[in-house]
Amino acid sequence: MVNSNRVSKRFGENTAVDELSLQIKQGEIFGLVGPDGAGKTTFMRMVCDLLDADAGNITLDDLPANKFPRERIGYMPQKFCLYGDLTISENISFFASLYSLDKKVTAERSQEILRVTGLEGFENRLANKLSGGMKQKLSLTCALMTRPELMVLDEPTYGVDPESRKEFWQILYRLNGTGITILISTPYMDEAELCHRVALINSGKLVACDTPVGLKNIFSNRVLAVKANIRDPYFFDDCPEVMDSSYYSNRFHLLMNNAQTMRPNLSNYILEKGVQDFEIVDIYPSMEDVFAFLAEPRLHTPSAGD
Amino acid sequence: MSRILSVIKKEYIQMRRDRITLALIFMLPLVQMLLFGYAIQTEVKHIPTVVMDQSLSSESRDMIESFSASGYFDVAYTVDSYDAVTASIDSGKAQVGIIIPPDFTRKLQRNESASIQVLVDASDNMVANQAIATANSIGLLKSQEIMVKNMPSSTLPYDVRVRPWYNPDGITAYYMVPAILGIILTMTMVIITALAIVRERELGTLEQLIVTPLKPYELMLGKIIPYIVLGYLQITVALLVASFFFHVPIRGSLLELYFLTLFFITASLGLGLTISNVAQNQTQAFQMAFFVMLPSILLSGFMFPRQAMPKIIYYLSFFIPLTYYLDIIRGIMLKGIGFSYLIGQVTALLVFSLLMLGVSTAKFKKKLG
Repeated sequence: MVNSNRVSKRFGENTAVDELSLQIKQGEIFGLVGPDGAGKTTFMRMVCDLLDADAGNITLDDLPANKFPRERIGYMPQKFCLYGDLTISENISFFASLYSLDKKVTAERSQEILRVTGLEGFENRLANKLSGGMKQKLSLTCALMTRPELMVLDEPTYGVDPESRKEFWQILYRLNGTGITILISTPYMDEAELCHRVALINSGKLVACDTPVGLKNIFSNRVLAVKANIRDPYFFDDCPEVMDSSYYSNRFHLLMNNAQTMRPNLSNYILEKGVQDFEIVDIYPSMEDVFAFLAEPRLHTPSAGD
Repeated sequence: MSRILSVIKKEYIQMRRDRITLALIFMLPLVQMLLFGYAIQTEVKHIPTVVMDQSLSSESRDMIESFSASGYFDVAYTVDSYDAVTASIDSGKAQVGIIIPPDFTRKLQRNESASIQVLVDASDNMVANQAIATANSIGLLKSQEIMVKNMPSSTLPYDVRVRPWYNPDGITAYYMVPAILGIILTMTMVIITALAIVRERELGTLEQLIVTPLKPYELMLGKIIPYIVLGYLQITVALLVASFFFHVPIRGSLLELYFLTLFFITASLGLGLTISNVAQNQTQAFQMAFFVMLPSILLSGFMFPRQAMPKIIYYLSFFIPLTYYLDIIRGIMLKGIGFSYLIGQVTALLVFSLLMLGVSTAKFKKKLG
């Protein structure tokens, strides 16, 4: 559906997207994950032909991005981009009319989509008076009016409460069930877990791209959790066996080259540091761990020795 | 076409909801026309005057009487030293000083030229010009009087008869009010459209618009048409104020005035849209609008005659829509002329409009960044 081939985009000195190649298949929910400034928004804007690539190319169904019919793509920007001084139904009819949908079709579809998104009954409320979650649903509704084949969603759940996020993802799954391909970026790892495939990008470059399970498998048998009353986030920085550590409220997640063989060394290290009361547990990495470990540039190819 | 209508409808709804802006658009012509129409008087009367009469004769009193009878000079102080005259003018208590020397009457009686001195505070140009011109003509008139008295049979060699057409009574409002109307119209139109596109850019709504099939020219036209209607409402309010409060005549055809105003409105809107497409944010747009507005008010011939400007500025004023509109509105309202006399001005405005709309449509890329 979407094929990007060594796409680059620079803003002055700053390279936002750096030779990024991605293939998004028809019918999948494809997640873009990466820290702020990784180039997610820039990439999505290029997919939607809002920005021109400096190098490389993006095709949508084998058509260059600027030739792809606008009706077949739905875009939801990061920021709420609808008219706050128009009501829900006015916003919907305005955007529908820009796609030359007639009144009857607009009425039918908006009713249907509003039911799906749960905005029914709020049609005459001004968009500015909506909660964050409802605003996002309205944006989604507007983007869905043309029945697009591809939805591009830029951090749609950012700053939305957990309940609304869950609901939003239920809607996405329902839409995906009707055959819509979804490209979504998210700062939340639990959401990355919900995608069919996830691409992790950092500084405009692709770090890894796989299914959530595939990504976690890179680190299987290599992650240990240490439960101890340690408050120093840099506690394991001097331990040669630990390649990376993530600090959570009451435990550390540690990336090792091999969790089993290095376990005794780790125990000794902790004891030497004067901590007696601790517990080391084998864990299967979460997306959070994957993200944290992969975001460290020096660990990009740790699995070579496995 | 239907997309243009959608944009118009959207703009209409937004305008209707923005009550304060809407109220301002109507209050602006009302309040400003009243304010400026009454305040701006180019004819300066009642200039405070200090007199030092050293002659103290019936002739000198007659002379002073002539000055104050003209209505231009108000004899506010009488002093008896030159220093006191200087002090009055320095302090700003008086703007004109009239000094009649002791030998005034004696010279008159000997049929010699009797001089009087008139000091004028020329730091205010407008006042000074008026005072100088009036003082000179009072001098001439008084001289004439005496000459006719001395030689009753003679007639004056020249007889210049001036007839001020279109505004015989020299009422400032007739000249100023139509111009103020033009200024209010162009100011509102330019500022309102200058913010139009850039506001959507700032709010992010432009990003959502760009992904739709909406074409740049459709967006531009959809934005402009509601403002044309607004412009017409504004000029209607302004014309009502002009005729009810200032009794400015509309000697030409009202219909023609309305029709030709269209070109001025589109020129102003085009200028505003161009600003909106160049500016990155609303603050910039606002400043640019002001940067453009001030010279166009001052150089259009609104208050200062263009003929008096240096050549380069004079030619610059040909690029200001208001210049042409002043010809049109003063022409139709005061002179009662019609379209056939104004073809040049209308063509200029049309060219300006098309150019600006073309530039803003071309400048508006359906891209971000």
